[in-house]
Amino acid sequence: MGDKLLNAFLVGGALCAIGQLLIDKTKLTSARIMVMYVTLGVFLGGLGIYQKLVDIGGAGATVPLMGFGYSLAKGVMKEVDQNGLLGAFTGGIKATAGGITAAIIFGYIASLIAKPQGRR
Amino acid sequence: MQKLYSAKDYQKYVDKKSPNSKLGLNMLKAFLTGGLICMLGQLLMNYFQSRNLDQMDYATLTAMCLILLSVILTALDIYIYIGKFGGAGASIPITGFANAIVSPAMEFKTEGYVLGVGAKMFLIAGPVLVYGISSSVILGILYYILK
Repeated sequence: MGDKLLNAFLVGGALCAIGQLLIDKTKLTSARIMVMYVTLGVFLGGLGIYQKLVDIGGAGATVPLMGFGYSLAKGVMKEVDQNGLLGAFTGGIKATAGGITAAIIFGYIASLIAKPQGRR
Repeated sequence: MQKLYSAKDYQKYVDKKSPNSKLGLNMLKAFLTGGLICMLGQLLMNYFQSRNLDQMDYATLTAMCLILLSVILTALDIYIYIGKFGGAGASIPITGFANAIVSPAMEFKTEGYVLGVGAKMFLIAGPVLVYGISSSVILGILYYILK
């Protein structure tokens, strides 16, 4: 159990440190890095490479945005196996629906309640 | 003469040195911040796992919990400090994705609830979803053809 926590820390930390390196070295905005990470996650997920990282790092691999891409890829392939070509269009969002919906609804509620301090 | 020489060289030295040493420090901060967020995710995951849920479920639950936490911290104006300290370590985890949704939604509240909150919510999350979902569709089609 302790090993799992350490692995998550190391894998997640490494993915973030690489992102920081890219931001500082290439002057890419963090939005571009986020887009890159998700797309790369889909790619590596499709090749089955990212699954190995998930096996090692657990949440350290699934919590960073690359893990979001991996979930999209995994969902799409699972649905294609079950429903054929239609799965390419339904699998991704199905697999990630919980996270996307949570972000939208919690975010919406928070923006209704909170006043943006320090941003005036 | 000696003073001029050393002042110029010092400036050169600073210009040459400072980005590098800052890079190392930034990376360390990103590593620590991102690592800790992922460790928290693993703690949640271990808990859900001990409740005997299937793999997809507990990964989703973990993501949802972290998103909720991030939304609360963003609304309380705390996440901005985590972001200032951690850089990519705060933006790359799923908490950064949630922060990227709430932060502009709060900021553009003054522009109304439809074109302010509703639209600006996807300022950064929009591109992430567009490219993520599009590439997953391409992957799905390739997978269908090649499998």
